[in-house]
Amino acid sequence: MARGRIRAKLRRSNLYTFACLRPTTQETEGPHQFQGPGYSRMVYCNQPHVHEKKPLRYRSNYISTTKYNIVTFLPKAIFEQFRRVANLYFLLAAILSLTPVAPFSAVSMIAPLAFVVGLSMAKEALEDWRRFMQDMKVNLRKTSVHKGDGVFGYRSWRKLRVGDIVKVEKDKFFPADILLLSSSYEDGICYVETMNLDGETNLKVKRALEATLAFDEDLSFKDFTATIRCEDPNPNLYTFVGNLEYDRQVYPLDPSQILLRDSKLRNTAYVYGVVIFTGHDSKVMQNATKSPSKRSKIEKQMDKIIYILFTLLVLISLISSIGFAIKVKYQLPNWWYLQAPDSQNFYNPLRPELSGTFHLVTALILYGYLIPISLYVSIEVVKVLQALFINKDINMYDEETGTPAQARTSNLNEELGQVDTILSDKTGTLTCNQMDFLKCSIAGTSYGKKASDVEVAAAKQMAMDLEGPDPELANVVTPKNHTTLPWETNGQELRASEIELEAVITSKDETDRKPAIKGFSFEDDHLMDGNWLKEPNTDFILLFFRILSLCHTAIPELNEETGTFTYEAESPDEGAFLVAAREFGFEFCKRTQSSVFVRERYPSFDKPVEREFKVLNLLDFTSKRKRMSVILRDENGHILLLCKGADSIIFDRLSKNGKMFIESTTKHLNEYGEVGLRTLALAYRKLDEAEYTAWNEEFCKAKTSIGGDREGMLERVSDMMERELILVGATAVEDKLQKGVPQCIDKLAQAGLKLWVLTGDKMETAINIGFACSLLRQGMKQICIAANADSLAQDPKKAVKDSISMQIANASQMIKLEKDPHAAFALIIDGKSLTYALEDDMKYQFLNLAVDCASVICCRVSPKQKALVTRLVKEGTGKTTLAIGDGANDVGMIQEADIGVGISGVEGMQAVMASDFSIAQFRFLERLLVIHGHWCYKRIAQMICYFFYKNIAFGLTLFYFEAFTGFSGQSVYDDWYMILFNVVLTSLPVISLGVFEQDVSSEVCLQFPALYQQGPKNLFFDWYRIFGWMGNGLYTSLIIFFLNVIIFYDQAFRAGGQTADMSAVGTTMFTCIIWAVNCQIALTMSHFTWIQHFLVWGSVVTWYVFLFIYGEMSPVFSGNAYKILVEALAPAPIYWSTTLIVTVACNLPYLTHIAFQRCFNPMDHHVIQEIKYYGKDVEDRHMWRRERSKARQKTKIGFTARVDARIRQLKGKLQKKYSTLGGRSTLASS
Amino acid sequence: MSSGEGSSQSSSKKSRQPKYSRFTQQELPACKPILTPGLVVTTFILVGVIFIPIGLLSLSASERVVEIVDRYDEDCIPSDQEKTAFIQSDKTNKTCVRSLTVPKKMQHPVYIYYQLDNFYQNHRRYVKSRSDKQLRNPENEDLTSPCEPEARVDNKPIVPCGLVAWSLFNDTYGFSVGGMNLSVNKKDIAWDSDKNYKFGSKVYPKNFQQGSLIGGGKLDEKIPLSEQEDLLVWMRTAALPSFRKLYGRIEQDLEANEMITVVIQNNYNAYAFGGKKKLVLSTTTWIGGKNSFLGLGYITIGGLCLFIATTFIVMYLIKPRPYGDPSYLSWNRNPPGN
Repeated sequence: MARGRIRAKLRRSNLYTFACLRPTTQETEGPHQFQGPGYSRMVYCNQPHVHEKKPLRYRSNYISTTKYNIVTFLPKAIFEQFRRVANLYFLLAAILSLTPVAPFSAVSMIAPLAFVVGLSMAKEALEDWRRFMQDMKVNLRKTSVHKGDGVFGYRSWRKLRVGDIVKVEKDKFFPADILLLSSSYEDGICYVETMNLDGETNLKVKRALEATLAFDEDLSFKDFTATIRCEDPNPNLYTFVGNLEYDRQVYPLDPSQILLRDSKLRNTAYVYGVVIFTGHDSKVMQNATKSPSKRSKIEKQMDKIIYILFTLLVLISLISSIGFAIKVKYQLPNWWYLQAPDSQNFYNPLRPELSGTFHLVTALILYGYLIPISLYVSIEVVKVLQALFINKDINMYDEETGTPAQARTSNLNEELGQVDTILSDKTGTLTCNQMDFLKCSIAGTSYGKKASDVEVAAAKQMAMDLEGPDPELANVVTPKNHTTLPWETNGQELRASEIELEAVITSKDETDRKPAIKGFSFEDDHLMDGNWLKEPNTDFILLFFRILSLCHTAIPELNEETGTFTYEAESPDEGAFLVAAREFGFEFCKRTQSSVFVRERYPSFDKPVEREFKVLNLLDFTSKRKRMSVILRDENGHILLLCKGADSIIFDRLSKNGKMFIESTTKHLNEYGEVGLRTLALAYRKLDEAEYTAWNEEFCKAKTSIGGDREGMLERVSDMMERELILVGATAVEDKLQKGVPQCIDKLAQAGLKLWVLTGDKMETAINIGFACSLLRQGMKQICIAANADSLAQDPKKAVKDSISMQIANASQMIKLEKDPHAAFALIIDGKSLTYALEDDMKYQFLNLAVDCASVICCRVSPKQKALVTRLVKEGTGKTTLAIGDGANDVGMIQEADIGVGISGVEGMQAVMASDFSIAQFRFLERLLVIHGHWCYKRIAQMICYFFYKNIAFGLTLFYFEAFTGFSGQSVYDDWYMILFNVVLTSLPVISLGVFEQDVSSEVCLQFPALYQQGPKNLFFDWYRIFGWMGNGLYTSLIIFFLNVIIFYDQAFRAGGQTADMSAVGTTMFTCIIWAVNCQIALTMSHFTWIQHFLVWGSVVTWYVFLFIYGEMSPVFSGNAYKILVEALAPAPIYWSTTLIVTVACNLPYLTHIAFQRCFNPMDHHVIQEIKYYGKDVEDRHMWRRERSKARQKTKIGFTARVDARIRQLKGKLQKKYSTLGGRSTLASS
Repeated sequence: MSSGEGSSQSSSKKSRQPKYSRFTQQELPACKPILTPGLVVTTFILVGVIFIPIGLLSLSASERVVEIVDRYDEDCIPSDQEKTAFIQSDKTNKTCVRSLTVPKKMQHPVYIYYQLDNFYQNHRRYVKSRSDKQLRNPENEDLTSPCEPEARVDNKPIVPCGLVAWSLFNDTYGFSVGGMNLSVNKKDIAWDSDKNYKFGSKVYPKNFQQGSLIGGGKLDEKIPLSEQEDLLVWMRTAALPSFRKLYGRIEQDLEANEMITVVIQNNYNAYAFGGKKKLVLSTTTWIGGKNSFLGLGYITIGGLCLFIATTFIVMYLIKPRPYGDPSYLSWNRNPPGN
């Protein structure tokens, strides 16, 4: 509280030149003139009770993102379930099974359906319940609300009403859309972090109306009333139109007074505000689209297969019923033992068409076994278990935040294995939004030894590649005449560089263990601990530090525990500079209205010297200016202009004698940029008193001028001053990437995935990050598409559009003409251009260009645009897209993409709530896709294929048998066999296939990301394969049926002379089916744990056990199957020998196929399995490493590409060295 | 306050960490068999080596079976009369004498079968038309609902009801060799389970064949169903429209070239639906009756496996692929850039 009061003395708006300073004359701008529809909302401030009645009763602040509620659950969920064609069919079949046309008992139709639908609905309910709990968490958050008479008390968010006065404290989220009335600062400014809305990390300044500034205490709200008339709820985040009527005066409102829900108060102790939009009316909720129910590609394709099977079903049913009708008409009258016609016309020779129609229904039910009812439920079970494995994966658990990965919807698991394009948010996803001061260049000397992440990884990679004598590299180094250069020399030379590289790595590793100072990773003894005094150019170093500690807009805050200062800065860069300055001994400790105080510490003095610098002017940073300056008067009365900004801007403004270090600084800047650091150039200028006074007058004039051109004037005036600068040096700040991000991107790139970055950030920031995560690199051709605002043509929109169209066309042309196959292009486009590029007539042109580029970065994009880009990629390429993000601004794209991944563990939960999978860190994406995705895809694909195989194999035998029963609809199997077939006897093995199958182990998946391509190429679920399996099913059904029928035709089947009746034939046939399909699945599997063995062979055993028990039951239940195994079949050798021959005959073609395929046309995973099987990877480590590096050569982005470039450089160097030193080194080594 | 919060947080963090187990981490020990060329060849040869002897054994067993088949439906009816009318009439003499020659010595027991062709015992209407409960327990005599249209006569339940029982086969055969009667043992031709459990020993036929339509054979109302073995055999419905059913056994050897005289009572109407009736005498071995298909099937599959094994070996010799050779990886076969 005390701190708050101190700060309240400061009028923060004095610090700003542009953004927050407005002419005090308010009269020039009248209230907004608006009326009519769209602007009807009335808010009576401090009178929330008014809003409890119609017509002003607005929605409550309760939010709900669930799909169902208690009442709607049953009807809605049932409707959802029966939207699946197969379920609908089974429902019809179940209803019909109550009539006498059904070939089976009603229970056998209804029970499985109820089970299947019930299970799916239970899953839905559980998922919705989780969503509900998430909502409740938000709804029950507390906020401080005016309860009357100037007393504030806590109330949960959901009870907030429109018109309530709320007090929001520092680092708290705003509970609704709020009109800012006042803040802890005297001038009503507050800082807001809108990361959840638009992903931007720099703080935004919001400013209260002058009229309401006085209300900055709880008590002052006792009698406060005002009326707001404003726009209706809408999803537009950046606009707001309204008027505040207070004290009989009308004040216009604009977006700068509006605090949006889900943004966060920063750097401000508290604010007061009036709730305008609540709950689903708030802008962020208006932006939320209903979460669409997503289905994976495989599932969609599966639907097609189901349609094919339906067609087959209808076809064979038609054949059956036509056959039946013919039989009924011509033969049934002669079959006296059937006593036709019957009373119900089911067998009426006089009306065969009617009997045929009845029979069609019977047949449709009978052959229903072609469509596996248990397929959906099995898939559901498998997916839930797969999701469990994802949730339980210890390698995707984040220690820091304590969050495991979570598959929030399990029905997209296999889609993870087919991803083609990843659309990623930047802030919070790729970066942790933390800047570390890493390096600097002062007066042409580079300081800072610590390597950036990019460097470290590059070094590691190289060290690994050079570990052994790489033949390729050796070939480069060693020319053909190998007598001249023995291996040793070569090795030595390489080893030397290796040691160097290792040093880099180990140094990094060690420092990681030290308690790091946040924002400061600089390491160089030359500058630390006052050693800089021993360096040349001391005055420049001093200036450098001063610029760091003085040229900013931050506020220091004393941490009472440690006695050090922390800084609240608008951007994390600035914070990093101040921390760096502090560590160098220039501690910024106090800011007053007019001065900045810095404690300078020199080793020669015991105590730090506190110096005061008077701030005369501050020319702040805008994205257009790309620089900021501060004009100061130091203790000696000298006036200095200190400036920091983008290098290109600063370099243009250097004076002739200020360019002393320009060459070396440029070189350093390039180096820093190359290793992915954000750079700024620092410069200063000494000013004469007279010169300054003259300028200041003009500046003041511009500042107080009224009218639209004020900003332009200010800019021009500022520009006049920021000239003739003298370059001091440059800084390099690492935008701390999240752990493992570059490596992950690299692996994903190796897996053939494309990565697009969509960010709300500035273009420069985005490009820097692009460099940092190796999406961009030196030598890549950057195509920047930006809307040129300078065109002042009569139709500026059209002009801009034309220009963008031109840019796109030119770029496409350029790519087409490029001959170098290794050339890589990067597309960088900003939000404004994107609005045009996404228009219907241009979007495919844009997409084609983007697809040709190795990396795509979209900056300054709004949440809506993110979603639009995602849709464009999804629909334009027809391939699977994955969107990953952490903030509410990513919700749109997360929902739009085929798969949405949310980063959990940081505050906002919106992204996670909208996502299908949530992971704590970006780097887990690799594991999620390359291991889980790959496995799940293959598992589900194999499983579905097998399912169709087994049901075709089984279902068709029923059909063949029909032909032998006069198409009467009799089944050869007992009802119970048929029920158990799908539910018990064959479902568990296929579930175990779907849950446990691994073609290669997880390490291999990671080592050979190229294996992932099997998914996007859909090698395991293409029509070729599907029809192959169906053909196999057809073959199996034929073999099973006809071998059995011929063997058991009319002869006695055992020594006792008995002939086989229907139940004996049916049971034998069923035994054959059980054996055949279970052996088939065993052949399909490549990974047997005890579980698979148990389930596969257990299923076979279960069949015999069932048959035995069933046979022992009273004949009332078992009917013809009574004692069938014990008495009739088991003692007959022919029963067993038939099982054997049929099983072998059924599996022979598949076995032959896989044996020949593996031997003569192996796929990648086959070869890798073999390498592992024979232990070749351990035997021949070199080969293993070589293959791993070869498997990833295709990429143009990522570390690897970058490292390759570096290695090529090194090779070039080595070659040069060799050509000059070759002879000598031979001598030296001997 | 803050420390308390921190500790509770950290404990909740701990609880969220997935516990390590080989199962959840999908690291269970597994065997990962691979179809190496050795395994492929071994498997196929093994199958061949096992199957061919089984086939030969089966074939020889089948060859040892001696079988006499005599179709009598055509010859046992006067050619000048309308067949259906003849067979349905009560007054016609349906006795028919056939003589059969024993081709090879037939060791006892010699099984006697009747064979019907084109008779749809597996028709759904037919199969369903029975009441197992009624057959088992005299108290369930009224449970005739599935038996329509042969459920009741004058509103009295028929035992056994239904089309299956109603259409009982009723041709009879008498055998003699050289004037000596051969005794036919008709005991134990039905399954024990049928006799002991499915058909009650206290259930006696009632109102059987009393309706307006007479189907097949009649039953002796004094003998319980469980002992009416002909009925028991008949009621085990056949799977296919062409089937044999056990009629009885001859418990003595029949010498080669012996002439057997069969006196047939040709009662059963197979003429209406164009069915054939055959009398079959057959011995059995361990595979049952004559069944060369099984043996041939085994030999074929075995031969096929040997053939595949040979093909595999030949192909492998022509185009050998060292297993685990990385040069077969896709990126080595189609180097990028091509």
